[in-house]
Amino acid sequence: MTQPKFFNEMYAGGKVREQYADILRWLEGTGPAFIVDKQREAEALFHQIGITFQVYGEKDAGERLIPFDIVPRIFTNLEWSTLERGVKQRAQALNAFLWDVYHRGDFIRAGKVPAHLIYQNTAYEPAVVGVSPAQGVFSHIVGSDLVRTGLDEFYVLEDNCRTPSGVSYMLENREIMMRLFPQLFQSNHIRPVDDYPDHLRRTLISVAPPRCEGVPAVVILTPGTFNSAYYEHTFLADEMGVELVEGRDLFVRGDFVYMRTTRGPKKVDVIYRRIDDSFIDPLCFNPDSMIGVPGLMNVYRTGGVQICSAPGAGIADDKAVYTYVPEMIRFYLGEEPVLKNVPTWRCSEADDLKYVLEHLGELVVKEVHGSGGYGMLVGSASTRAEIENYRQRILADPHDFIAQPTLALSTSPTYVDSGLAPRHVDLRPYCLLGSQIHLCPGALTRVALKEGSLVVNSSQGGGVKDTWVLA
Amino acid sequence: MLLTVFHETRYHYSQAQRRISQSHRLYPTECNSQRVLSWNVSVQGGEFGEYFYDSAGDRIRTMSLAEPSDAIEIQVNGEIETTCTNGVMQCPRDVISPLAYLRTTPVTAPDEALNELACRSTAAHAENKLDQAHALSHAVREAINYTPGATNPSSSASEALVQGAGVCQDHAHCLISSARLCGIPARYVVGYLHTDANMQSHDSSHAWAELYIENLGWVGFDATNQCCPDERYIRIGSGLDAQAAAPVRGIAHGAGGETMHTRVTIDGNQQ
Repeated sequence: MTQPKFFNEMYAGGKVREQYADILRWLEGTGPAFIVDKQREAEALFHQIGITFQVYGEKDAGERLIPFDIVPRIFTNLEWSTLERGVKQRAQALNAFLWDVYHRGDFIRAGKVPAHLIYQNTAYEPAVVGVSPAQGVFSHIVGSDLVRTGLDEFYVLEDNCRTPSGVSYMLENREIMMRLFPQLFQSNHIRPVDDYPDHLRRTLISVAPPRCEGVPAVVILTPGTFNSAYYEHTFLADEMGVELVEGRDLFVRGDFVYMRTTRGPKKVDVIYRRIDDSFIDPLCFNPDSMIGVPGLMNVYRTGGVQICSAPGAGIADDKAVYTYVPEMIRFYLGEEPVLKNVPTWRCSEADDLKYVLEHLGELVVKEVHGSGGYGMLVGSASTRAEIENYRQRILADPHDFIAQPTLALSTSPTYVDSGLAPRHVDLRPYCLLGSQIHLCPGALTRVALKEGSLVVNSSQGGGVKDTWVLA
Repeated sequence: MLLTVFHETRYHYSQAQRRISQSHRLYPTECNSQRVLSWNVSVQGGEFGEYFYDSAGDRIRTMSLAEPSDAIEIQVNGEIETTCTNGVMQCPRDVISPLAYLRTTPVTAPDEALNELACRSTAAHAENKLDQAHALSHAVREAINYTPGATNPSSSASEALVQGAGVCQDHAHCLISSARLCGIPARYVVGYLHTDANMQSHDSSHAWAELYIENLGWVGFDATNQCCPDERYIRIGSGLDAQAAAPVRGIAHGAGGETMHTRVTIDGNQQ
């Protein structure tokens, strides 16, 4: 499985795949100097736009650009339609699961998942039990991370049901590509992604709470400028034409939430929050939170405001719950999963733990509650000392870890110093759920720029590519 | 028993606060052991949200003061009829899975000593969870002397056990922590206790624990007084620990310190 024989997205059976023919012709007919120029121009544009991110845990790192690769990743319409079915199916099952665990718990009663894994999970939020959000949706933006291992082989690595980030890169990457290479957009029929903010706005409006009268007022709630995704918060607010607010801009009075404005208080109906659950309301969760809105949860629970995604939605993307998603799809939708799960060992189980400890050198081990590629072990790329260190961490609290085989992630041709070379990629599409379900025909493709590296996270030195879905 | 409650809480701030927001859990549980005849919660100048029931059946509402203020006074006046149910608490609005009360919180986190207490006291009752619950309650009371002032409101179960001294909050936290170690779901309960003249005078605001026993449901255990709640008890609400079950959770925006005083009187009439 770990043999260095990777599916290259541009080729099949030694031949260039049809959808890449045009771009390859173009790349070959273009001098390296021109491409380097364009790459520089792209960087300048990103700087100009101000799209940067911060890396946690790096002192004085400041803000950084995510490296952008000019070679797009391309899906045919047929390929995409399978992915679309799979991603939507998964997002619907995850929401059905969320509704269920915060109501009757039929999935648990039916013995499909151990009760303790849900009810004793810190991501399970007792304050949300019994809440019935509009349209029955708890997670309005689902960003599942996919990888490809073969022509028709896709795996879901993990789901993000809380506040998946990165959609601004998807939109900006496209913008930049269109500016740099307008001719490519004439010779290829590429499905547009620029209506994503409009779909997001419509999704948010469609889940306005029952007590909202008139046109719902939507805001984005950000933790503030120090947050690594702050750029994205401002970007989405601008694109949607809604207010970007911090906790201190909102207050609760009676049964509703209000925003302070220069013209007096204005009622807020839908909050797209980019703040973690525990900080959202000091009267319900972390009492020391300075960035939340005191009393927000009480208003939420009386139907005065919608919070997107719902607090407690994290139980659906918990890495220990992940293994049960295929069963959720069968249980709630009566369908077979279109997309596969990666086989996963749960270190909380003795047999699994034993196997994991014996095979650390070939597995990928992750923290159950971790994200962003922080705190994970890629056995095949680690030194013996790193593996031993990690072993001690697992032994200290096995419940905190899961392990997966090292997948043979597909590669996509990427422009590096030595020219065009294969680099590993993943895929994060964005699925919106409100009164309707919508999958944006595009995605964020992250690319591991280091040769041979399988870690694509931007915080770990990954870059991004524009992702085309052909019409 | 007919009980009349007067409960006043005054907050004073050294400087006026811009905006004060509170979440109130100050209404008696609608459960089998009690029936509210009248109940009124008032705050001068306060604006209230609508009441709602949380997943454990507690009645909650928001209170906010829009005008800057350096003091708040919450007054609770009520009349309630109570009966003895031998500690068995049934509330139709309590819908959350009892299994959610097996998780631990920072102040109820187990340690060696709590584990030792749990194992030792339940060793003789391997088969019967109810007997285990009584044994745990007894062991906690034995291990922690009732000593007002020995602990503070943020003390953990573990700290109280080391000191061997504490108040009802510490007894409840220790009982909850050790019960969870035995696989018994447990939660913190706040309420009032009517104490007659010849009983040792405890504060009338009281706290105890509820343990979930198969076939019985939630059963109250007052480790402090070594009994199960009876008609002298008024149940207000519950949570994973004292912080989660707090009758008032509040936040004030402004500089300066906060002081709080409470006065509670419970008058009883035997019917």
